Amino acid sequence: MPDLPEPELPEPDLAREWLATMTLIRRFEERAGEMYARAKIGGFLHLSIGEEATIVGSARALRIEDYLISTYRSHGNAIARGTPPERVMAELFGRVDGCCAGHGGSMHMFDLQRRFMGGYGIVGGNLPIGAGIGLSSDYLGHDEVTLCSFGDGACNQGTFGETLNLAALWRLPVLFMVVNNQFGMGTSLGRHSAVTDLRRKGESLGVPGMRCDGMDVLDTYTVVSEALARVREDRRPLLIEAVTYRFRGHSMADPEEYRTREEVAQWRERDPIPRFGDLLEREGVIDAAARELIEREAAERVERAVQFAEDSPFPPPESLYEDVYVIDEQVRGRYHA
Amino acid sequence: MSELRYREALNAALREELHRDERVVLLGEDIGVFGGAFKVTEGLLEEFGERRIRDTPISENTIVGMGVGAAMTGLRPVIELMTINFSLLAFDQIVNSAAHIRYMFGGQVSVPLVIRMPQGAGHQLGPTHSHCLEAMFLHIPGLLVAVPSTPADAKGLLKTAIRDENPVIFIEHESLYGVRADVPEGEDITVDFGRARIAREGSDVTIVGVSRMVLTAEKAAATLASEHGVQATVIDPRTLRPLDLDAILASVRATNRCVVVEEGWPHGGVAANLAALIAEHAFDDLDAPVARVSGADVPMPYSKPLEDIAYPHESQIVQAALATVGLAGDLQPAGDAQDSRR
Repeated sequence: MPDLPEPELPEPDLAREWLATMTLIRRFEERAGEMYARAKIGGFLHLSIGEEATIVGSARALRIEDYLISTYRSHGNAIARGTPPERVMAELFGRVDGCCAGHGGSMHMFDLQRRFMGGYGIVGGNLPIGAGIGLSSDYLGHDEVTLCSFGDGACNQGTFGETLNLAALWRLPVLFMVVNNQFGMGTSLGRHSAVTDLRRKGESLGVPGMRCDGMDVLDTYTVVSEALARVREDRRPLLIEAVTYRFRGHSMADPEEYRTREEVAQWRERDPIPRFGDLLEREGVIDAAARELIEREAAERVERAVQFAEDSPFPPPESLYEDVYVIDEQVRGRYHA
Repeated sequence: MSELRYREALNAALREELHRDERVVLLGEDIGVFGGAFKVTEGLLEEFGERRIRDTPISENTIVGMGVGAAMTGLRPVIELMTINFSLLAFDQIVNSAAHIRYMFGGQVSVPLVIRMPQGAGHQLGPTHSHCLEAMFLHIPGLLVAVPSTPADAKGLLKTAIRDENPVIFIEHESLYGVRADVPEGEDITVDFGRARIAREGSDVTIVGVSRMVLTAEKAAATLASEHGVQATVIDPRTLRPLDLDAILASVRATNRCVVVEEGWPHGGVAANLAALIAEHAFDDLDAPVARVSGADVPMPYSKPLEDIAYPHESQIVQAALATVGLAGDLQPAGDAQDSRR
C-alpha cells in the first residue's frame, strides 16, 4: 500500500457536525440503555458507545449515493447516515413509526432512502449481501461504492473468506471494514483469531488491507476516504481494520467478566468524543461554549426521540401479516397456513 | 406447441427472460463454461456473455447472499444450486436474509430472487445428493415454493418466478430433466403461482402428487382404472406456496377420499401439512382418513435395491388409494419401516 495522506481537519462546519453526530450517537445510546433498563425496549440491545469515531468517520467518507451495510450494532450507523433518531428510538420501542415499522428492532435497522442497507442479526451474514449490492453497482455501471462493516468476530465466519474471494475475483466496488472492538461477544481477539493483525486477513483472498485508528474520527475519515477512492477508481475491494473498543458490554445482558476494569479505563482515556472536541478547541474551530451547545442539542434531540417513541402507537394486530410477501392483485392460492 | 425436454424448457425460460429483462442475471457453480451440472444453462454463456451468466466459486451461502443484495438493489438474480442438499449450506441466507428481509425492514425493500435447484432420488447418489426437501422451504414464511413436474410448467412457472417480486425457491427434479412433452410457445405464456393443475379426473379418489410424484401418481391412476375400476383425480399443486387449497378441497369434496404423495420424508412433510389442511377444512367430506405416501424415513441409501424401496413407487400409491376406497386392507402408514423401535 502506498503512503496515506496526512489527516487534515475538514472545514469548521463539517468538523462541528462530526462532533455533534458523535455526541448525538453517544447520548442516544446512553438513553437507549436507560430505556432498556426501564423495559421500554425488549430483546437484545447492542450499544456502540466508544465506537462513535469509527461510525461517523467512515459514514462521512461516503458519498450520498454510496451504500452502507452493517451489523446488529447499528443504531449509530443509521443515525450517522441521517435516519432521524426519533425513528430509530421508535423502532427500539417497537412502535409503528419505527424505521422498520416495529418488525425489526434493535438488531435490524434499515433506511433505504438513505442507502443504509441494514443491520443484520447473524454474524457475518451481511458480507455476501454487501457484495451483492456491489454486484448491482458494477452491473448497472454505477459509480457508487458499498461500505460493508462487520465486527472482528465475523472474520472467522465462512462468509468472510467466501465473500472477500468473490469480491476480489469479480472486482466488486466494496470496501470491507472490520470494526475491531477487541471482542467477539465475550471472547477476546487473541482467543478467537489465530491472526490478530486483522487487516492482513484478506491478503490470501486477494483483498489488501489498511488500518485506521477507530478511536480517532479524523484518522478514520482520512483512511476510509482514501480507501473508498481507491475502490471507486480501481474497482477492487479493500479491507480496512478500524481499531476501536466498546466501552459497554456486548449487549445489555453482559456482566463483562471477560475483561478488567483497568482495561476498560485505559481505553476510555482515548474516548473519541472528548479527544476530537479537545482537538477542535485547540485548533480554534470551536470554543467551550460551542461544545456545551453541542452537548445540549444532542441531549434535547434524544429527549425528543424518546418522546416521539413514547407517543407512537404499537403496530395494530392487523399489521402482523403485512410485508411478508409482495402480493399483487392477481393472487391465487394461500400464502399462509 | 413444441416438444421439449424439461431441461430445454427451463433453458428456454431463462433465455427468454434474459432477453426480455436486462436486470436478469444468472449466478451459479458451473453454469457457464460447463453449461450447468444438468445442462440446464447450456449455451447461455455463449449467447449472453460473462457479465450476465456468472460462474461462481463453490460458496453456496455467499452466492445466495449476493443474490439477495443484488435483488435488493435492482437486479433480478437467478441462482442455480447444484442440488437441493447443497442449499443447506445457504440456509442462513435463504431464511435469515432472503425470506425475512422484506418483513424485518418494514416493507422498504423486496427481494426478487429465484433459487433453482434439483432434488430427488434414483441415481444412487447416497445421503448427500438425493433428498427431497420441499417441506423445509414450505415451512418458511417469506418464501414461495414452486415444484414443476412437466416441461410446460417448468417453463411457465420459471418465467413467473423470475417476474415475481418475492424470493422463489424453484425445485426441479433430477429424474425429470430428460422428460419430453409439449410446451406452448410464446414469450408471454407463463403459469400462475397458486393454481393447481388437474392432471387427470376421476370420481373415486383424489391423489395429490408433488414434484416427480405427479408422474408416479398418474401411472398409479392408470393402473387403478384399468385393473381395479377405480377412477382417480390426480392433482399437481405446482406451487406449495402459494397453495391452491381450493382446488384440492373441491376435488376432495367430490371424491371424499384423498391420497397425498411426496418423495420426501414423512415427519413434518408436505403430505403431513396437506393432510392437516384437508382435515381442518373438509373433515366432514372425508369417507376415509387422508392417506400419505412418502419416502422412507431414512437418509437415502446408496445400494440400488435399498434406494429403490426408499422412495415411493406406483404400487404403493395404488395400495393407498385402494385402502381409502375400502378395496384393500394393507395400507401402511407413511414412511412405515420394519422397525419395531419406531
